[in-house]
Amino acid sequence: MMNKTSRTHDFELRPGMKIHGKWHKRSYLIKKKLGNGAIGTVYLCEESKKLFALKISSKNSSMTMEVNVLKSLEKVQGNRLGPYLIDVDDWLAPNGSTYSFYVMEYIDGQTIHDFISRNGKEWIGVFILQLLDDLEKLHQAGWVFGDLKTDNLIVSSNPPKIRWIDVGGTTQIGRAIKEYTEFYDRGYWELGSRRAEPTYDLFALVMIFLNLFYPSRFEKGANTKASLFKRIDKVQALRPYEVCFKKALTGKYRSAKEMRQEIAQRLYNTQRKVAHNQKTPSDNYPPILFESIGITLIAFIYYVTSLLVY
Amino acid sequence: MKKGTLKQILLITDGCSNKGEDPSATAALAHQQGITVNVIGILEDDQTEDPQGLQEVEDIALSGGGVSQLVYKQALSQTVQMVTKQAMTQTLQGFVNTELKQILGSEQTMEDLEPEKRGEIMEVVEDLGETCDLEVLVLIDTSASMHDKLPTVKEALIDLSISLNARIGRNRFSIFSFPGKRKDIDKVLDWSPKLDSISSVFPKLTSGGITPTGPAIREAMYQFGKKSLLRSFRKNDEQDVENA
Repeated sequence: MMNKTSRTHDFELRPGMKIHGKWHKRSYLIKKKLGNGAIGTVYLCEESKKLFALKISSKNSSMTMEVNVLKSLEKVQGNRLGPYLIDVDDWLAPNGSTYSFYVMEYIDGQTIHDFISRNGKEWIGVFILQLLDDLEKLHQAGWVFGDLKTDNLIVSSNPPKIRWIDVGGTTQIGRAIKEYTEFYDRGYWELGSRRAEPTYDLFALVMIFLNLFYPSRFEKGANTKASLFKRIDKVQALRPYEVCFKKALTGKYRSAKEMRQEIAQRLYNTQRKVAHNQKTPSDNYPPILFESIGITLIAFIYYVTSLLVY
Repeated sequence: MKKGTLKQILLITDGCSNKGEDPSATAALAHQQGITVNVIGILEDDQTEDPQGLQEVEDIALSGGGVSQLVYKQALSQTVQMVTKQAMTQTLQGFVNTELKQILGSEQTMEDLEPEKRGEIMEVVEDLGETCDLEVLVLIDTSASMHDKLPTVKEALIDLSISLNARIGRNRFSIFSFPGKRKDIDKVLDWSPKLDSISSVFPKLTSGGITPTGPAIREAMYQFGKKSLLRSFRKNDEQDVENA
């Protein structure tokens, strides 16, 4: 069982190929390639007229670990955190080697970046709250997402909802983070350890929204905290979240729930302020009116009394 | 229950050995002693991903029972920790497979089990990987051509220690460089639980073109024996697998 990293890439599947399961005997027709991950390649496939996503890789043990994660996520009650797992099997390829694959629910949608540039920046708040809701459920179940990043999220439509499409990095709380991407990793930014804690995910969540405005990312700099803070300050659209983002980057929130509450509160307040500010120009008129009426009245009374005295 | 200790040599180099015995042979010897040899080959920016000269990198890791990877220096941090973790999983799986063979018959390995059973076994392997103790001896080629890569190597090693120290199990690291001034290898950092203590500079670089990779691996192997922690590695881990 030599799971050696080889420089040669995984076996490339072409549209029209059929993947037969060695154990459960189901077969899947490959439609197109959806993406490449650290561990395997994901394809769109079809079985009995239904579309699924199929992940295949030669790294059997890593695949088995991912399947374990997907299974435990399904046990998180009443919520579909990751994609729904359909089948797990092996495929004996024509070249003689065996590949592990698993089949999951196909979640269609667009990237957060595309969605926000099409539908407006006001969605940022919605997505932050949605992600924090899901993270809270995940953390409650004893897991940390780990490799939380833009590539692992998709916005499905009707209604727009952020879904997790790759949960391969999900790690039990208290262990070492299984998979991470430097830009989203607080260890890389020297702002915390790589131990799986709820705060680890909250850090990555902030980086997702920073990445929206800095798609080409940015260098670490000598003082990592200051350089991150500066990047947040520079983005007008992130102003409502500035305080909360900075707290999350420095691990000040104990839970996703706590961060969610503060963000929701701040969003509510800014909404109200905006609404209030819009009203004031028309509100300004009546007081002046009352004031002038009052002054005239007082002057009139004074005039009448002065008449009476003489 | 006493957890075993995994022992690894992590060789970081950018070229071929040209002095002393065949590095693959010394790597095989180390493997026999229960030490896994992993190799990372650093590519020059203008090198293709499959250079002729670096075939040796793969060969050493193969006979050392470890993992090898060629990488440009920009991706070194991620690679160093990926290689280390993969090698741990691989070693632990090796033990589990040995156990399985004893239980299920000589031809059975994990791949012959249905995916559900495999999942349960992987959980055990993962648990072991998280909790076992780990000793990594980093062996750095400091021949002249490595000069501009050493700062990146240092960064990658600090990063490795951040990753590994997030585990539940304990870690011990040491760093050696080769070729040494008088000996085959020189000690840069003695066994310690963290790598942030790396002194700001690596030792003065040797200007010559000698790269005695083979003798360096042999010497590195003896460094594990020099500690008080010496225990029968295989015996320990096999017991663990049974207990788990």
